[in-house]
Amino acid sequence: MEIFINLTILFYTVSATGYVSYLFFQKKSFHKSGYYLLVAGFVCHFTALGYGFIESGHLPVRDLRETLMLTAWAVAGVFLAFQYKFKLRILGIFAAPLTVLIMVVASQLPNDPLQAESLFNSFWLIFHVLSVLIGDAAFALACGVGILYLVQEHSIKTKNRGFFFKRLPSLELLDSTGYTCIIVGFTLLTMGLIGGIVFAKSIWGRFWNWDPKEVWTGITWLVYAVLIQQRLTMGWRGRKAAILSIIGFAILLFTFFGVNFLLQGHHGEFTKF
Amino acid sequence: MKEVKDKKDFALPEIVLIGLNHKTASVELRECIAFSEEEAATTLEALHGHPVIREVILFSTCNRVEVLLVSDNRSEAVETAKRLISEYKTAPIDSFDDALYIHVGDKAIRHIFRVVSSLDSMMVGEPQILGQIKGAYRAATEIKTSGVILNRLLHRAFAVAKRIRTETGIGDHAVSISYAAIELGRKIFGTLGEKKVLLIGAGEMAELAMEHLLRNSVGEIFVSNRTFERGLELARKFNGQAIQFEEIENCLQCVDIIISSTGSPDFIITRDQVKKAIRKRRNCPIFFIDIAVPRDIDPKINRLTNTYVYDIDDLKGVIDENIKDRNREAVKGERIIDENVIQFRHWYNNLDVVSTIVALRNKLDDIARVETKKTLQSLNHLSETDCETIRRMTNAFIKKILHDPTLFLKSHTKHDPKTICLDVTRKLFKLDE
Repeated sequence: MEIFINLTILFYTVSATGYVSYLFFQKKSFHKSGYYLLVAGFVCHFTALGYGFIESGHLPVRDLRETLMLTAWAVAGVFLAFQYKFKLRILGIFAAPLTVLIMVVASQLPNDPLQAESLFNSFWLIFHVLSVLIGDAAFALACGVGILYLVQEHSIKTKNRGFFFKRLPSLELLDSTGYTCIIVGFTLLTMGLIGGIVFAKSIWGRFWNWDPKEVWTGITWLVYAVLIQQRLTMGWRGRKAAILSIIGFAILLFTFFGVNFLLQGHHGEFTKF
Repeated sequence: MKEVKDKKDFALPEIVLIGLNHKTASVELRECIAFSEEEAATTLEALHGHPVIREVILFSTCNRVEVLLVSDNRSEAVETAKRLISEYKTAPIDSFDDALYIHVGDKAIRHIFRVVSSLDSMMVGEPQILGQIKGAYRAATEIKTSGVILNRLLHRAFAVAKRIRTETGIGDHAVSISYAAIELGRKIFGTLGEKKVLLIGAGEMAELAMEHLLRNSVGEIFVSNRTFERGLELARKFNGQAIQFEEIENCLQCVDIIISSTGSPDFIITRDQVKKAIRKRRNCPIFFIDIAVPRDIDPKINRLTNTYVYDIDDLKGVIDENIKDRNREAVKGERIIDENVIQFRHWYNNLDVVSTIVALRNKLDDIARVETKKTLQSLNHLSETDCETIRRMTNAFIKKILHDPTLFLKSHTKHDPKTICLDVTRKLFKLDE
C-alpha cells in the first residue's frame, strides 16, 4: 500500500518535471513523457486506492489524508480526460504540480482513519463523494485555465509578447476549455449535492441540515451557477469568466478546508487530522 | 607513380564567386548594376565565350548582383567579369570595385549555400530568394552556360535551403506587418476561419494585410471607404461587400477583425462606440489593426475587455522581436551549411582525372582479387606457378580494359573539359561510395 503511494508520488513528480521542462524548452518529447508518466501515476494511484478499498471495505475518505489523496487522483484523471479531448498540453504545468502538491501534503498527514461505521458503504455516499471530488477537480482545472487566460490576455493587451505569448494557446481555446471545465464541474457538483441530500435524508431524516459545510457548498454552487447563467444570457466570456472561475475556486477551497478547520459540522469528522 | 606527375596538367578548375550585395553596396549602386533578364542572358553568353571561363551563372536581385563561375585561371576570370559588367552597365570599374567581394573555393561554396538558404538576405529567412536563384539558374541552363560543377553545386544548394527551412525556425516568425497581424489574430481567435473582417479606407499596406487574411481563408468581408465608389471597387477585388462610412458603427457589432488605414486626422472609431458594440455582441472578442498614421482607432479602446488594438508601432515591435528569433535560428543553419560545404568539397575533389582513374583501377583490382581467390580455392590441383599465371592474366585484362578509358579521360583540352565524363564515370562505376 505505502509503496504504491510512494511510487505514485514519484510518477507525479517526474511528470510535473516533464511538463515544466516542456514549458521552457518546448520539446514535444517532454510533454509526451509528462503525459505518459501521469497516466502511469494515475494507474498506480488507482491500484493503491482499490487496494485500500478492498482491504477496509470502505471508500478511502475517512480522514483528511485519504480524502486529499482521492482528490489528487481525481485531478489527475480529469486532467488526462481534458488533455485527451482538447489537447491543451500546457495545462499540465498547472495540473501535474497540483497533484504532486496534494499528494505530498497528504502523505505528511497522520494516518489514522476514522473507525469504520456502516455509513461509508452506502451507495449514495460513495456517489456523493466521488461526484463532488471529481467536480472539484474540474473546477481546479477551470481555475488553472483561468490563470493561463489572464496571463495570455495580459501579454496580448500590453503588447509585451514575452515568455508566455509563444507558449500559451489562443485565448479562444483557453476560454472554451475553461467553460467546458466549469460545465463538467457544475454538473458533477450538482449530482453530488443531490446524492448528499438523498443520503442525509436516509441517515438524519432531513434533506438539509444547515450544517456550515452544506451552506458553503450551496454558496459555491451558486457562484458557479451565476457564472454559467451570465455566460449564457449576457455573454460573460474571456476575462470576466476567467476571474470568476478563480474566485469560485477560492470559495471552493474554503468550503473544502476552511469550514472544517474554522467551523463545526458533521463533515468535520471525515476530514480531521 | 606516373599519375602523380600528371596531376598538374589535370588540375581542377576553381569555383569563384564575385559580386556585391546590400551589405557592401548602396542601393543607388545596386540599382545601377542590376541586370534585367535579357541583359543577364547576353552577359552570360559573353562571359561563357571567354576561354578561361568554363561555367557561369549570374544572379541579379534587388539586393545583390553576383557572378558564380568555374575557371582555370582565377585572376583572369575575375578581371573579365568586372570588365563585362562595366561594359554592359556602362559603369566604370572604379565605381563598383570597392563594393565587390571575391570568394574562391570553399568560401564561394559556403557563400552560395548561405544566399540560397536566405541566411545572407537583408531579412534573414525571407522565402523569395530561393525562387529568384532558381530562376537565374534556369536561365543559365537554357543557354547552357552552367555545367556539371555548377549544376551539382546549385542542386546541392537547393537541398540545403530546404533542409534549413524545415530543420530550423528561420522562416517561422512573422516579419511583415500583415503576417504579424495574422499571427496575433490566431492568438486571439484560435482559427480565423469564420471571422468577419472590415477594411476601412484603402492603402497599399491595408490591402496587403487583407490579401494575407484572404489567403488564410477568413469569413465574410466588408469594405468601407469615404468615397463609396472606391469602396465598391475594393469590395469587388476582395469579393466582399461595400458599406457606407456611416454604417461602420453598426457594423462593429458583427465584425471580428478591423483593419483601418484612412488619411483621417481624427479617430474613426471611438471608445464609446466600441463599448456599446461590445455589449451588443455579447463580449465576443474584437481585434483592431490600425495601420494609419495619424491613428484611426482610439488607443483607449485597448483597455476595454475583450478588445485588442494594435497600431503600426506595436506591430513593428512584434516584428523586431521576431527578427531576433530568426537570427538565433540562423546559427543552426550555419552548422548545416558547414556540413554540406565539406560534402560538396569531397565530391568536387574527386572530380579530378587522376583520382577517378585510380579509383576505377582500385575497384576493378578489388573485384579481380576476390574473384580469382574464389576460383583458385576450388582448383586445388593447380600448382603455385599456375595460380600465378592466372593472376597475371587477370591483371592484364584490367590493364587492357582500362587502357582506352584512361587515355580518353586524360585527353583533356582547354575547351573540352572532361568534368562531364568524369562525373558519368564516377556514377557509372559507383566510385563515390
